[in-house]
Amino acid sequence: MRHFLDFEKPIAELESKIEELRKMSEADGINIAEEVGKLTEKADRQLRATYAKLTPWQKTQVARHPDRPKAKLYVANLITDFTPLAGDRAFADDAAVIGGLGRFRGRSVVVLGTEKGTDTETRVAHNFGMARPEGYRKARRLIELAGRFGLPVLTFVDTSGAFPGIEAEARGQAEAIARSIEACLEAPVPVIATIIGEGGSGGAIALAAGDAVLMLEHAIYSVISPEGCAAILWKDAAQAPVAAEALKLTAEDLKRLKLIDAVIAEPLGGAHREPDAAVAAVGDAVAAALAPLLALDGATLRMKRREKFLEMGRDALI
Amino acid sequence: MSWLTEYVRPKIRTLLGRREVPENLWIQCPACQQMMFHAELEKSRKICTHCGHHMRASVPERLKWTFDEGAFTRIELPKVPADPLKFRDTKRYTDRLKEHRDKSHLDDAIAVAHGTIGGHRAVVAVMAFEFIGGSMGAAVGEGIVAAAKLAVLQDAPLIVFTASGGARMQEGAISLMQMPRTVIATRLVKEKGLPYIVVLTDPTTGGVTASFTMLGDIQIAEPGAEIGFAGARVIEQTVREKLPEGFQRSEYLLAHGILDMVTKRDELPATLARLISLLRIRMKEAA
Repeated sequence: MRHFLDFEKPIAELESKIEELRKMSEADGINIAEEVGKLTEKADRQLRATYAKLTPWQKTQVARHPDRPKAKLYVANLITDFTPLAGDRAFADDAAVIGGLGRFRGRSVVVLGTEKGTDTETRVAHNFGMARPEGYRKARRLIELAGRFGLPVLTFVDTSGAFPGIEAEARGQAEAIARSIEACLEAPVPVIATIIGEGGSGGAIALAAGDAVLMLEHAIYSVISPEGCAAILWKDAAQAPVAAEALKLTAEDLKRLKLIDAVIAEPLGGAHREPDAAVAAVGDAVAAALAPLLALDGATLRMKRREKFLEMGRDALI
Repeated sequence: MSWLTEYVRPKIRTLLGRREVPENLWIQCPACQQMMFHAELEKSRKICTHCGHHMRASVPERLKWTFDEGAFTRIELPKVPADPLKFRDTKRYTDRLKEHRDKSHLDDAIAVAHGTIGGHRAVVAVMAFEFIGGSMGAAVGEGIVAAAKLAVLQDAPLIVFTASGGARMQEGAISLMQMPRTVIATRLVKEKGLPYIVVLTDPTTGGVTASFTMLGDIQIAEPGAEIGFAGARVIEQTVREKLPEGFQRSEYLLAHGILDMVTKRDELPATLARLISLLRIRMKEAA
């Protein structure tokens, strides 16, 4: 059963009509190929038109789509010999952050991702992709491990943000995030971050301070959720669509502001319609971003990474 | 707002001229509600003489209290693009900035100065909570980077007084990018073997806490300061539990191993001087 977003209703109606006709033709043996063909074309046009001009708020919903490919699918499809590694060596293993060793197109790498889960059970198990300090400490540990063995780090970011909880604060959520950012910035190996869904604030940048930051076409990356921003600045969470517009949180906006390095095109109708194609596109983009970095030594990588971040926003004139 | 506050007060202000603090002003402690004469409060460095509560301080006050004899040189901070997103909520961001600039005589939520503390050269950055909640946008990030570079240039320790509600939402992802940028600043100082000391004041939250604030070689907080990553209300709504007593206060963080010490404001300069001396002067003649 496909989930349709509110603004996809006209497409949903067309597609269900097509489905009905197909069933009818199977049952009664009536040839309706022409009719189906016409409707399919119409649905396609509608889908293309809708997705060609999604508003930032619509993109926010696509980025959070329940069927959107999650970090684990990227790992499953792009990484061979994946060997998960657990724990922060101090308190716990945080399932919101998945990570481990594996091979990306033959090359040994360290992989990290924030995992939201795909059904009720896994969503709860992964805490909806909201990491606690242990998750960021695991990330830092694995990035340092990558540095020791000269392995590139690939991260797949999809989180509404760090978990806001009593225990998380007591165990130093802020410190854990700060150290994870530091680990990304200090790594003597290439760090490639891809925002695959939601890039939620500090919880996202903790895994995304890389040499190359890529973003899927309909992913969002923001300092605060549109709802949170609306509640604070407009004193009304219902103004979220307006806040989404104002925050400039789309991949296109971030690329224009030179805060990310590349935008990865999604299959028509969003990554959730063709997850495997979306994952493959990300794989190609990661490989393309990684290739030129492999020639650089650790000190050069770090220096260039610093320069890149220090330049950010200095000439942001949009 | 009553007739008294709306009408009478502006008139009294006019009579007194544009003095920021009229001499006959009594100030109420927000913690214990006791009244204090403002001159008395100035002498106590805005620590309530009744209950010891540390009231929020302004940038000029911080600088004056921190450096020897209250003497320091402020540096001009690099200019940053104003309102890169053309942001507008209930107000234009440019109007909000102008309002705060007029009111505070600051360009943004940070000031940087150098001078001596206990005879040791030091660079001090102070965040201004009164300027849009001390929120961190490009200007604050650039201020931290500039302070770090100055510390390296002067071969001096960097001391940062934090006070912030978090990110400057009006700068969107540009404000988010100040987290890695300020983390880089701390690395510049540390790589040169220079001490990086953070003094956390009320309040320090959000992205400011989760970047340069938590990376100090030494982390000191003023008593009773609110310090955290997520806001207390957000946490309460998420976990649907009552927050523990003293949650996200300096003493709570000290007990949880996140701070080195909680230090009263009047003891702070001496503590900073001793720390700098201990970290930088490896051998001293026995007294």
